[in-house]
Amino acid sequence: MRRPTRIVGGLLFLLGAVAAPFLPGWVVSLATIAFANGLVVLGLVVLWRTGLVSFGQALYYCIGAYTVALLGRWAGVTEMLITVLAGGLAAGLVAYLVGFLLARYREIFFAMLSLALSMILYGVLVKTESLGSTDGFSVSTPTLLGFALHADSLNLVLYWLVLAFCAGSALLVGVYFRSVAGALAIPIRDNEIRIEFLGVSVNRLIHAKLVIAGILGGFGGALAGLSIGHVDPNMSYWTTSGGFVFVTILAGAGSVGAAFIGSLIFEAVRSVAVNVLPGTWQMILGGVLLLTILFLPEGIGSIMTRRPAPKADTP
Amino acid sequence: MDWLTVFAIVTDGLVYAAYLFIVAIGLTLIFGVMKILNVTHGSFYAFGAYGAATAVGIYFERDLPAAGGFLFMLLAAMAIGLVLSLILERGVMRLVYGRDEVVMVLVTYAAFLILEDVIVLIWGPRSYAAYQPMVAAGNVEVADLVLSNYDIGLVALAAALAALSYWALRYTRYGRLLTVVIFDRETAAAFGINVTGMYTATFAIGGMLGALGGALMAPKISITLGIGVEVIVLAFAVVAIGGMGSIAGALFGALIVGLCRAAAVHLAPQVELFVIYGVMALVLVARPYGLFTRAQPRKI
Amino acid sequence: MISLQLSRYALAAAAALGVSAVAVPAQAQQAPAPVKMGIVSFLSGPAAGPFGIPGRNGAEIMLENLNAGKVPAPYNKVGLGGAKIEAKYVDEAGSAANVVTEFRNLVQRDQVDVTVGYISSGSCLAVAPVADELKALTVFFDCGTPRIFEEKPRTYVFRVTPHATMDNVAAALYLLAKKKNLTHFSGINQNYAWGQDSWRDFVGAMKVLAPKAAVDKELFPKLFAGEYGAEISTLLTSKSQAIHTSFWDGDLESFIYQEQARGLDKRMPIIATAGESAIFRLKDKMPNGTIVGARGAHGLLAPQSELNTWFRKVYTDRYGTPPTYPAYHMAQSLLGLKTAWEKAAGAKGGAKPTTDEVIAAFKGIEFEGPSGKIKMALGDGHQGISDIAYGTYKFNKQSGQPEIVDIMRFAAECVNPPAGTTAEEWLKGGMKGAKCK
Repeated sequence: MRRPTRIVGGLLFLLGAVAAPFLPGWVVSLATIAFANGLVVLGLVVLWRTGLVSFGQALYYCIGAYTVALLGRWAGVTEMLITVLAGGLAAGLVAYLVGFLLARYREIFFAMLSLALSMILYGVLVKTESLGSTDGFSVSTPTLLGFALHADSLNLVLYWLVLAFCAGSALLVGVYFRSVAGALAIPIRDNEIRIEFLGVSVNRLIHAKLVIAGILGGFGGALAGLSIGHVDPNMSYWTTSGGFVFVTILAGAGSVGAAFIGSLIFEAVRSVAVNVLPGTWQMILGGVLLLTILFLPEGIGSIMTRRPAPKADTP
Repeated sequence: MDWLTVFAIVTDGLVYAAYLFIVAIGLTLIFGVMKILNVTHGSFYAFGAYGAATAVGIYFERDLPAAGGFLFMLLAAMAIGLVLSLILERGVMRLVYGRDEVVMVLVTYAAFLILEDVIVLIWGPRSYAAYQPMVAAGNVEVADLVLSNYDIGLVALAAALAALSYWALRYTRYGRLLTVVIFDRETAAAFGINVTGMYTATFAIGGMLGALGGALMAPKISITLGIGVEVIVLAFAVVAIGGMGSIAGALFGALIVGLCRAAAVHLAPQVELFVIYGVMALVLVARPYGLFTRAQPRKI
Repeated sequence: MISLQLSRYALAAAAALGVSAVAVPAQAQQAPAPVKMGIVSFLSGPAAGPFGIPGRNGAEIMLENLNAGKVPAPYNKVGLGGAKIEAKYVDEAGSAANVVTEFRNLVQRDQVDVTVGYISSGSCLAVAPVADELKALTVFFDCGTPRIFEEKPRTYVFRVTPHATMDNVAAALYLLAKKKNLTHFSGINQNYAWGQDSWRDFVGAMKVLAPKAAVDKELFPKLFAGEYGAEISTLLTSKSQAIHTSFWDGDLESFIYQEQARGLDKRMPIIATAGESAIFRLKDKMPNGTIVGARGAHGLLAPQSELNTWFRKVYTDRYGTPPTYPAYHMAQSLLGLKTAWEKAAGAKGGAKPTTDEVIAAFKGIEFEGPSGKIKMALGDGHQGISDIAYGTYKFNKQSGQPEIVDIMRFAAECVNPPAGTTAEEWLKGGMKGAKCK
């Protein structure tokens, strides 16, 4: 991300933050969930730059959300700053552990193994009848720095919290992309043996990226859980992961901000589609995805950056 | 554990394996040749099942002999599969050949979303049935166990399908050319093999096999919205266990999952939910590329 | 998008006006401002066919007739207290996040006065706190979990339809009445909350009512599994004398086809707690002797009444198939809302009541639905209870129509926990306070 884009991005975030109190409640709620999901997508972008696509990112999303909900249910902790951080860390820890295994896999096998892991968590949660099985359970109303918040202000505070997490993550991931480890992503995708010959351990690089994506997924899930006020095992189901991958393709790997804008567009398109064609809205989603892939090969991000992104090698 | 339980586990496992193999074979063929993880396989399955239900409905209203109805149902489903896969391949897939594997998965995912709603538009939200062939087949009794002849037929059919595909890949001209393309598509193209033509043919065969799977299952199930979704993950898991693109792999993957699941239902019903993903994770941990995949030479 | 929204409302309003102009021209003089209602139901996905569409159709036909003032007395007043109802239909499919987002859109963007909807218990649990947060009157019509009012008192949320515990308690009562010396029973239920809860409640009731009967096989195939070969073998080789199942639609039908091919129902009867919703599609494929329930005394299990006869007729005439229980759930939810609304409006001389006035009026009311009396007796007057009936399925070959014979009715107070006790405690404590005749 070049300096001008960073300035534009910063201004957009500020605008989003300042405008919130003047927007209707449903727009704020929609944006809160969209941006929380955007964090998960940002994690997928980190992976996608190395050519990896996870069909199991919902694993971290679900862990983040359940951590928040369980802290409230079992330990009575409702402080949102603590629970969200805990959600991200718990997901990061799991990502670190399964990373020893997953980092060895590439391509479709990586996708399938991550899918299997998220589905195992789904199975465990479905079997846990004390946590409501597939019905899930409510998240306790969060507090901020010990203060209980009124419903309307709570939604605004959550929105700002999500924005803050997005801005922070976007900046840090931007820094990471410009570091050596981050810059090696695209060469790894093109040919990882060449990178190995440079004396770099590709597996360790990928392991680090898995943890970054896991933490982002955990934050996204934690914030989404707070915003929805309810968690259920569906958060770990493969179709949830599919939705995130969908947005990643829509957004493209070109820029960091695209993850959030893509996610917002996705939620908006979905909401409009449900309104226009209540019984057959999936068709619109599929159509949008297909047209994006055919006519915007590098995603929505490519409109914003207007730079020819590196071409994938042709067989 | 008495002998009847063992016998039940083996027969139930074989029946389930036959089902898995029939739904997975088209998927693994397309992946082997085209390197596309084809999500629309679920749509082929669903269209096959819906088509079979419509065909059975038309046929049995006329009180014709049951065996003909079974054949008519399969042919109708395969014709639907053929048309659908040709439209998809020529209309959509052709435009994205050469892009990232993952992008192609997403293209098929998009097509799948659209086709799910096309089903609603054609057949509406109600469920359909095509039970007549299964009822006509009858059953046999083995001690306390009653087995459906239709299930036994499915096992035989799956075995025949496995043998047929083995023979076709090894002894027919198309099969041999296909093996070459699977092995190395650039070299095959350099030797003058019409790879694009092979792609179209493979996608069409894969589509017909998917629809055939739907048609063969149609008499046993209620055909409702969303049956395609369930099949996709099941078929993916079987194919990943066996090794992507390997027909023998799909066969063994199906047998392993089928027997494990039947054993779980009989002996420990609580773990049934985990069987498929647990087996998949274990196999991938031990053999990262599945049971039946050759180690790929890494290209610098 | 906004213009689209407007035009949809305009169309709906025009359609409603058109109907009323033909039906009751006198009413057209001074129509009060319409009531906006959100109707949420599954319009896509596997739950659409069996539940979502009948629920939606039930709403459509009821609202049309309510707006025309054609529903039999005492519901013959137009719309809600004379104000016509404008409905907006929304799909329930998607994640909890989608469901909550669409609920907020209904309340905050579309400014609906009341929302009636939700089939999945997960949706209801997710929406309930948001409804209270937004102070938006919401009536759940089909979801079954007792947790909604047991976990937390709710203010703006009501559920006319009784919760699912009564389905399984009544199933146990019926089974034991028919098979007095039952020693072993098994269950096959889907591996998700609904299936697990149904089985837990059924076993809980059986332990109280027939302590000697033992649980044999507990099978939990995954939701939408489609293939039950191994489960059927297990049941065939077991010593069970009855099978409990809360399967619905696709899974129920698939299971029935497969078990019939292997003669399972010849050895032991099946108790299908949600079986009624499938009988008109299965017809002669549903085995005779199956014990079927309808999550209430709905459909063929409903007692004779003018309202029921009328409802069956208008529904069948329009949609070509008789209404199944989700349609009844929707109809009784709308009638409960109407009763409460008009009670509140009556208290202020027929003016449009505020949300708070409606909820005050709604608490604890009693009214007649198409399948009998409903009392808002639980959850501080927010949760309804009603009688329930079970019967034995019989296909009439002469008429080609499904029949339910040997119907037994159980009083609401017999199969529901008394107020102040959760369903789980009640079953564990030996069903104390149950008033059965």
